[in-house]
Amino acid sequence: MLLNVEHLKITFHDRDSRFDAVEDFSLSMEEGEVVGIVGESGSGKSMTAHALMGLIPRSQADISGKALFQGSDLLAMSRAQLRQVQGKDLSIIFQEPMTSLNPTMKIGRQVEDALRVHTRLAAGERKARALEAMALAGLPEPEELYSCYPHELSGGMRQRVMIAAALVLRPRLLIADEPTTALDVTIQAQILDTLKDINGREGTAILFISHDLGVVRALCSRVVVMRRGLIVEEGPADQVFYHPREEYTRQLIAARPTRKKLRGGGGHG
Amino acid sequence: MAKTICKRLGLLVVTLLLVTFLAFLAFSILPGDPTHSILGLNATQEQIDTLRAQLGLDLPLWQRYFNWLAGLFTGNLGTSYNYDMPVGQLLAGRVGVTATLAGLAFVLIVVISIPLGILCARYEGGVVDRVLTVLNQITMSIPNFLLGFLLTFLFSLVLRWFVVGSFSAATAQGIGDWLGYLFFPALAIALPKAAMTVKMLRSSILGEMKEDYVRTAYSKGNSKGAVLWRYALRNAMIPVITFLAMTIADIVAGSIVVEQVFAVQGIGQMLVTSIGNRDYPVVQAIVAFIALIVVVCNFAADALYRVMDPRLRQR
Ligand SMILES: Nc1ncnc2c1ncn2[C@@H]1O[C@H](COP(=O)(O)OP(=O)(O)O)[C@@H](O)[C@H]1O
Ligand SMILES: [Mg+2]
Repeated sequence: MLLNVEHLKITFHDRDSRFDAVEDFSLSMEEGEVVGIVGESGSGKSMTAHALMGLIPRSQADISGKALFQGSDLLAMSRAQLRQVQGKDLSIIFQEPMTSLNPTMKIGRQVEDALRVHTRLAAGERKARALEAMALAGLPEPEELYSCYPHELSGGMRQRVMIAAALVLRPRLLIADEPTTALDVTIQAQILDTLKDINGREGTAILFISHDLGVVRALCSRVVVMRRGLIVEEGPADQVFYHPREEYTRQLIAARPTRKKLRGGGGHG
Repeated sequence: MAKTICKRLGLLVVTLLLVTFLAFLAFSILPGDPTHSILGLNATQEQIDTLRAQLGLDLPLWQRYFNWLAGLFTGNLGTSYNYDMPVGQLLAGRVGVTATLAGLAFVLIVVISIPLGILCARYEGGVVDRVLTVLNQITMSIPNFLLGFLLTFLFSLVLRWFVVGSFSAATAQGIGDWLGYLFFPALAIALPKAAMTVKMLRSSILGEMKEDYVRTAYSKGNSKGAVLWRYALRNAMIPVITFLAMTIADIVAGSIVVEQVFAVQGIGQMLVTSIGNRDYPVVQAIVAFIALIVVVCNFAADALYRVMDPRLRQR
């Protein structure tokens, strides 16, 4: 088993209030598997991802439960131990491609970053690996993009740069937190294809997060449906999509933007 | 890019013309006549008129301004009424003193504030951060002439590390003398600005540390120190550099006051004396010089800004 999360609970605490962003979340994943998490906005998907990635400062929230990744518990690791995993065997891409890259650092350096942290490769070797990862992420003309700055790229391209940077060390698990939500529909489809392709070629397991069950179904074999920090339903993607057990899941499916609604400019949250 | 530079250079020249003209205008409106301080109060009207004609003060304002400008381009800044000496010669020795004072103050600001700002941000809420926050608040609210008096009192009268008024560019023996004496006035100018810069850099870094790209950096396994140095600092420095460039104007203004307190014979002291004597050619030259420094510094800051932030570079 690659990942085994048991009873993950995330409680944010201010001076006077406590708030469970995630109450009880469990999930297990095999090597190379693609699993989806769906749920409406605010249901705790991102916080689950960030907690697994070790990105929630312990001063901000209490995190309890277990998250065994390749046999060791991510939630019990020291910061130093966690840094050994971050960006190496476990990577993440975020919901906000426009702001997730450093505006004053060249693309190439950002793609190479994990190599700088985790390896002692020479500059030339790093560059070669970065260009490889950029090609894998579907970036055209990596050599040219290598010395560009983020503002010179579109949102879709920036998300591909994020993917390249996440994959540069060929992690065993990629967490993709709504990677296409901020992008338009055609770009979304292309990036989903790229992720599928990466999973096929590299055997990278993907934990794919979305508020759109249709998108998840296209990519994932298994789905977990989340609501207000709890899992309400889970099962094979097709089964959950075509035969949802819960009313909430049905609403999620009904709320999907269909092509007709999109053309009519209908609002969607 | 070349177009932007040309535009900025044009703006630079226009600003200088405007500032020097405003100075001319101000002195023609101000009460007091330079002939009084030259001839004394008992002069006859005839004597005064002759002198005014001699000095060109009977000409209309715009003509005097153009004469002055023409002189400027031929390297002739006029003759001081008071010292009866070419202004260029009169100021030559003093410009170096003030430039050293201002330069030293600027170096002190940078050397004090950048490491402390980083330290406060790195250990936010720690002992250093909390002590410095209080100190900053105090230092920022002290005007620099008062700080000058305090430093003079402490280092000159109590500790006897230097003697006020002992410095002159003519008698100074080498760079050690210069820096040794000018250190304290420079400190008086620098401390309040350094305090502001620490505060600004600290909050700028902390702001950057909350950005999404910093989260990305952490997700790659970077330590907090690495994230701060390699990611946040460069972006955090961008507004600080603009601020530092703007403080240069304040430094020069501050040196006018501080030169009085420490009896430093620089252009600031000369400016104050010359305004009192209505010695316009000297005042004009100093105003033009200060304006030039300020405008050039802003120009340099803008250029640096473009180097630091690729989003502003035009391809
Ligand atoms: N730093 C924080 N402090 C307190 N509450 C937070 C914080 N970050 C997120 N939350 C709350 O946690 C809940 C889950 O958020 P999130 O995981 O981002 O939802 P989503 O499923 O849309 O990704 C939300 O109600 C959000 O308001
Ligand atoms: Mg989210």
